[in-house]
Order: sequence, then C-alpha cells, then structure tokens
Amino acid sequence: MSGSQRGMSRSPLLAIYAVLVFAFLYLPIAVLIIYSFNGEGVGGFPPKNFTVRWYQVLLSDGAIWDSVVNSLLVAVGTVAFSLVFGLLAALALDRATFPGKAIFRRLVLLPLILPGIITGLSLLMFAVSVKLQLSLLTVFIGMGTALISVATTELYAGLQKMDRAQEEASLDLGATPWQTFWRVTLPNLKLSLIAAGLLIFTLSMDEIAVTFFLIGRDNTLPLEIWARLRRGITPEINAVSSLIFGVSVILILIWYRIRTSSTGAEAQELLERP
Amino acid sequence: MYTRMYKGLISLPPMFWVAVFLLLPYALMFAHSFWTVRDGIILHEWSTQNYAKLFQNPLYLDVLFRTMRIAGSVTLLSLLLGYPLAYYMSFHAGVRKEILYQLVIVPLWISYLVRGYAWKTILGSDGVLNGFLQHLHLTKEPVSFFLYSPFAVVLMLTHIYTPFVFLPLYASLEHIPRNLVEASHDLGAGSRATFLRVILPLSLPGLLAGATFAFLLTLGDFLAPLLVGGPSSIMIANIVQSLFGTAYDWPLGAAISVCILLLTISLLFLTERLEKRWAFR
Amino acid sequence: MPAISSPSNSGTAGVLLEVREVAKRFGAVEVLKRVSLEIAAGEFLTLLGESGSGKTTLLRLIAGFEQPTSGEIWMDGERLDTLPPYKRRVNTVFQSYALFPHLSVRDNVSYGLEVSGTAKTEIPARVADALRMVKMEEFAAQRPARLSGGQQQRVALARALVNRPKLLLLDEPLSALDANLRKQMQSELKSLQRELGITFLFVTHDQDEAMALSDRIALLKGGALEQVASPREIYAHPATSYTARFIGQTNLLRTEVKNGTARWGSLQWATPHADGNAIFSLRPAAIHWHTGETVPWGAARFRAGIRQQIFSGDSEHLEIDFEGHVLRVRLHTPGLLSGEQEFWFSPLDAVAVRE
Repeated sequence: MSGSQRGMSRSPLLAIYAVLVFAFLYLPIAVLIIYSFNGEGVGGFPPKNFTVRWYQVLLSDGAIWDSVVNSLLVAVGTVAFSLVFGLLAALALDRATFPGKAIFRRLVLLPLILPGIITGLSLLMFAVSVKLQLSLLTVFIGMGTALISVATTELYAGLQKMDRAQEEASLDLGATPWQTFWRVTLPNLKLSLIAAGLLIFTLSMDEIAVTFFLIGRDNTLPLEIWARLRRGITPEINAVSSLIFGVSVILILIWYRIRTSSTGAEAQELLERP
Repeated sequence: MYTRMYKGLISLPPMFWVAVFLLLPYALMFAHSFWTVRDGIILHEWSTQNYAKLFQNPLYLDVLFRTMRIAGSVTLLSLLLGYPLAYYMSFHAGVRKEILYQLVIVPLWISYLVRGYAWKTILGSDGVLNGFLQHLHLTKEPVSFFLYSPFAVVLMLTHIYTPFVFLPLYASLEHIPRNLVEASHDLGAGSRATFLRVILPLSLPGLLAGATFAFLLTLGDFLAPLLVGGPSSIMIANIVQSLFGTAYDWPLGAAISVCILLLTISLLFLTERLEKRWAFR
Repeated sequence: MPAISSPSNSGTAGVLLEVREVAKRFGAVEVLKRVSLEIAAGEFLTLLGESGSGKTTLLRLIAGFEQPTSGEIWMDGERLDTLPPYKRRVNTVFQSYALFPHLSVRDNVSYGLEVSGTAKTEIPARVADALRMVKMEEFAAQRPARLSGGQQQRVALARALVNRPKLLLLDEPLSALDANLRKQMQSELKSLQRELGITFLFVTHDQDEAMALSDRIALLKGGALEQVASPREIYAHPATSYTARFIGQTNLLRTEVKNGTARWGSLQWATPHADGNAIFSLRPAAIHWHTGETVPWGAARFRAGIRQQIFSGDSEHLEIDFEGHVLRVRLHTPGLLSGEQEFWFSPLDAVAVRE
C-alpha cells in the first residue's frame, strides 16, 4: 500500500503548489490576528506597536457580549431542536417506508444547498402573514429549519454504519423496540450525535444569511459585528474575530478527537502490513 | 407489526415541521411572486407582471449573468486550487495526510464573516496589501481595484469555498482503490496517463458535488458584495435583499427568489443525473 | 544460504528472469532475506508459502511496485529493478482483479495497448483475440461491476495477456473463487500457458494448486527459499521437515542412525545416512496394511493400534498408535478396521530431511 507511493515519482512541484494553497487559506486569518495586536489600527504595513488595547476595549464592550449571549441561546436551542428532529428524520429515512418519502428526503436536504437568503425570506413572509413578531424566536425557527438538514445527514450516515444485527439481537433477547432504541441504537449513535451537535453549534453561531431577515431587536454576534462594519472597520473587530477563530479551533480539535476515536482501532491495523 | 407502526410515527414530527416551516413558506413566496405592490402596500391581485418585468428590464438579466459569471469564476478557481491539493494529499502525502486534512478543515469552521472581514482589511486602500506593496516600493499609490470590485468578491468567495470544493473531491480520490493505480502502471501507463485515464474519471462524482455546492452557494450570496464588492459587483441576491428592504417591492423580490429557486433545483437535478451516470458502482 | 533447487525441465532453453540476492525490508521487518532465483523462459513457476513468507513481496518487486532494499533483478540480460512498472515487459493479474470500474470490458483489455501507443487499427483485433482466449467475447461491452468473480478474473487475465508480456505475474488469482470454479480455472490456466508459451510466475498458499499447475515450485519460508524443484521431485524428496509437512501430508520420524541402521523406537531399517540423529519423512500412502502378502525384503514391519479412521471416498485415512507415536496412514478401502493391525513400509520410502 505504502509501497506504491514509494515507487511513484515524488512531485516537488505539486508539493509546492499545495503549500501555496495552504498559504492562501491561512494568510488572511494570520493577518487578521496579527493586526488585532497592532497599535496603529487596521491596515498599513508593516504592523508596529504591539498592544492588547483592542482586546481590552472588547472586554468592556457590553453590546458585543449581549449579542454573544443571544447567539448562545439560539445556538443551544438550535442544537437541541436539530438533533431531536434530525434524529427522527434520519430514522425515518433509514428504516421506514411511507408515502412521499422521496420528496421528504429532497425537502429536508434542500436548505443545505439553497442559498440562505431564500430560506430567510420565505420564513420572513411566513412570519409576517401569521403576524409573528421578529425576534430571537423567529431566528431560532429559521436556523432550526436550515440546520435540520445538517443533523439529518450526519445522523443518517451514522445509522448506515451501524450494525443492524445488534438491534436484532436486542429484540431477540426480549427487549421492546423502545428499550432497544435507548439501550442499543442511541449509544451506537453517540459519536454521530456529538459530531453533529458540534457542527450545528458552530454553524449556528456563525449564521448570517437566514438571521439577516429574521432578526428583531436583539442581535446575534454575527449581526452585531455586521452592524459595526457598516460604520467602519476598527481593530476591535479584529480582536473579536481572532477570539472567534480561537474558539473555533478548539471546537474543531474536540470534534476531530471524537471523530477519530472511533477509527483509532482501524488505524492501528493499517500500520502492520508487510 | 408493531415495528411498522412505530416506524411510521417517527416520520411525523419532522414531516410536520418541514410542511409548516419549509413547504408553506415556499408556497407563500411563490404566491407573493404573483402579487403586486402599490403605494407601499402589497395587493393580492394575481398577475404575472413581476415576471414580465424581469425579462423586459435588461438590468435584472445583466445582474443575473454577472452573478453567474462570478459564481463560475469562483467555482473554477476553487477547483484549480482544491483539486491539486486534494490529489497531492491523497496520493503523495503519505502519513501526513491526516494532519493536512485537519488543516484544510479548519478554515471551513471559521466564521464566514471573519474571513470576509479579513479580506476587507487586506484589500482596502489603507489595507495590508497596499501597505505591503508600497513598503516594498512596488507601487507608489494605493491600488484601488483590489477592494470594492468583482475581483474582491471573487477572491473572497474563492477563499471561502475552496475547502467546500476540496472535501467531496478528497473523499472521492481516497475512495479510488490503490490497486487500480498499480494496475494502470503495470499495463504501461505513466503517472500522467494514469491520472488522465483512471484517477480523473473516477474523481468526477466528488468534483461535481463540490463544484455544484460552490456554484449554487455563490449564486445566492449577498454578503460578499456588501462586504467587499462595489456598485459594479452587485449580485442578484443583493437586488432581492434591497427589494425586501428599502426598495420595498416584496412581490418582485419574491419573483426573483422563485427564479433562483428554480435555477437551483434544475441544476441539482442535472448534477444528480450526471452523478448517476458517473457512479461506476 | 543457497536454495536447494533442481534445474527446470520446461523444454525451452534460456533463463528469462534472474533474482540476484534480493532482500527487502519494511522498517525493522526483513520480509525477504537475500533470495536468489532463476526463472526459465516458458516455464510455469509457483511461489508457494504461508502468509508472511514473502511470496507476494517478491512478486511485487518483480512487478515494480516495490524496490529491493538490496540485490538486483535482471530480465533477458538487462537490469529490471531500476525500471518503473510501466516500462517493464511484465504484466500482473491482481488478486482483487483491479479492473477499471469506469471502463467497459473491452476498454479495460485495450488499456495497455492504448497507453503504449499501439496502432489504432491493430487494437480491436488483438482485444477480440484476447477476449476469445478467455471466453469473454460476449461481455465486451459490459462494465466490470456486472460480472461475477470468475468472469472478472478472466477479463483481468485477458487485460494482462493482450500486451504479450515476457513474464506474467499472477497474485493468488484463484483464491476468491469457490472450489469447483477454482479447479476449472486451474486447468484453463494451465492449458493457456502451454498454448501461449508465456512464462508464468504464480503466487499461492495452496499446495494442491501449486502441485497441479507448476513446472517448478519455489517454496518460501520466512523470507527465504526452502526448496525449488518440480512438484514430483519436491513431493518425493523434500529437503526439510518444513517442506515435507507443507507439501502433502507426512509423518516425521526422529531416529538415531548407527552403522547404517536407523532406529526408531523398537523399529529399525537400513539406511545410507551418516551416523547421528536423522529425521525421516514418511508419506501416509507409503505405510501399507499387511494382509498376508509377501513383504519386500528389508521392509520395516510393526504392529500398531487403530486410533481413528476417516473415510474419504476412495481412501481411508487412519491414525495409528505405535509405541506412543501417532502415525498417519492412507489406505485404499480395507473397510473398517479396529484393534491392533500389522503395518509395514519400505525404507526406500523414508526420505531423510533436514530440520
């Protein structure tokens, strides 16, 4: 397996190209972080006057932290909602046959590929027609609708990978379907649930397109930043962006740990092959 | 038999939600597209004048085509960046591919806004790039077209969507059994011929999936033009957004949205067909 | 240490492939230990061994998918191991067939011809010939995914042979087939090889298969060659106890030789072997049940108790107990035996083997 790679010519050009692509992906973020410590503010070159002033300003900025709280509220709600409904949808798609299943599958996955603006606007029209006031609740409804698809996809994949015989064994041993679900199915899905939850949380915290049209008086974090951007760019935004970056990286590391803990055993096997 | 009942029931809550919060709103949007607005009030009179307006006024078609050009450029550039990277990682990176995979995923999880904002600070007249060029005395004055131009929009969106394009592509490449590569070599094909005849065709499903994703998402993007685009880079979604905002013509906005929706669905349908043809299972 | 090999008797003169002191190491593991082997043109040579014996590694070295850690490989008087796989006049039939899923059967077979720049006008005829050879003409337009394992295997064979390689490598190609199909494919492969005259290097762990197909067998153990000889030679005169046990069944008698007599328990027989300890390999079929006929002069006769008897069509497999030693015997239909019986064997059938 590894031998075939050894036999093939190493391509140095390709490696250089790969490095360049990585540079392209990371350079803007690196610049962002560096300039969050720049005394002269955003822009210009080279950066001078290292300072943490902008982070201090950030810490005392009440409006930003309010919006963080709002974002967290919506995110947690969205995660809970999406996981539950997404699990039901995934189970239905994986195991049940019912009329309109094909259409249902397409519909559930549609918000994933559809531009957020369409989902947002259609829900706006819906909210107006039922005279629902725009608020964090409407934001929650919008995000939940959009992110169910993410949960469904992830959990469906997890269900497919599961060994069906385990559930059959459980039934054979006398457990009811309900018991089987709690004792066998769910524990098997633990990893998928956590992975999906983390993903939905991150997407929810960052969501703008749908939120844009459903927001009321209380801002979520992205929209608060957006509002500030309209007034002009400040290094404080660099600071908050850098913090968001830091938190995201931590979340990915956790997500990755979870993902690979299940495949650790397989990786071990691959190491021994003459 | 008890299992059949239980199975049927679990589909109900998500079906209900989808019906109320997905189907109904789409239907409402569809209905709105046939209504009109007068003096700031939406009238529920049925007509097709919105659609007529779209095709008669060249402005809308112009913006739509510009949007499609931008989407096409973004998709193409993302592929040019993402494919060699995925190929390198899958076939040449050896044990390091795991870590490299992580590194590609990380930008995906970073906020869209954060990344867009980063480009804004880099490309501006007082931005980092201009400062850098002036510092090296490569330019004397700030270059203005870096920011607030289609160039900036394409650049930013390429940055956003390259990892999106990369993911299904990489999965597709990883899926190719290595003994096929060996067989190709065994039969006399060198690296280049093997790539063109074996690897590329077998990676097409992943390529298609990634490209579709990038194209469709760029098509409906309205934030990038607002962040880094100028008046010459307004995209179709911006028009919709303003129609729902200050320009207040919901029916017209709904009509454009329906068009975007139809465009998306037909593209998805097309790629699904192609994917079925290319899935050599 | 040099392999014990007997010259090949495949008819056509000339050595096609030379493996010279080839060693292969993966990290800390030495998979091949200074192996030297000659393959004659036109012969059917089988690399036989357990998993981990290095047989697949040796095959891959010859194909070009791995590089030797040391040593050289030569083909037709030219250095082979420095060439990449696509420049070698060697083709492989893979264990998992490795057919290109996105190409039809026909396009799979023509692949090698296309990439090497064969004239477009020539290709269809050669492809058709190759498909006819493996009896797959009617499947030419199909995709591999629709074919059964046996059919895929034939296509893989055609794909390799159509290029007229000097050497065909077959990596356990029949291991995924069921027993009947396997036997059928074995006989087809054998006649194909005879017909085409192409040199075949066949890898398997199945000794029956090796004996049925090969002109010569190269038995590998732990990365080194244990013995290289024709099937009849290797069966009748195994060099070591491992060979004796691996190929066919045998009884290993640990004796003490003194003055031309080997002593095993209370049994003894004449032997030209030097004094000292000696191991003799005695095939189960070489032990006879005494029914009163005249026993050859010098035969070793003994009484033993019947422990187990297993019926197997035209022969009976017995386990007998002689002074605490368990011997395996193969007889032809004596009916059910029991208790103690008399047995004998000829000293000529007891082959001295190394440890």
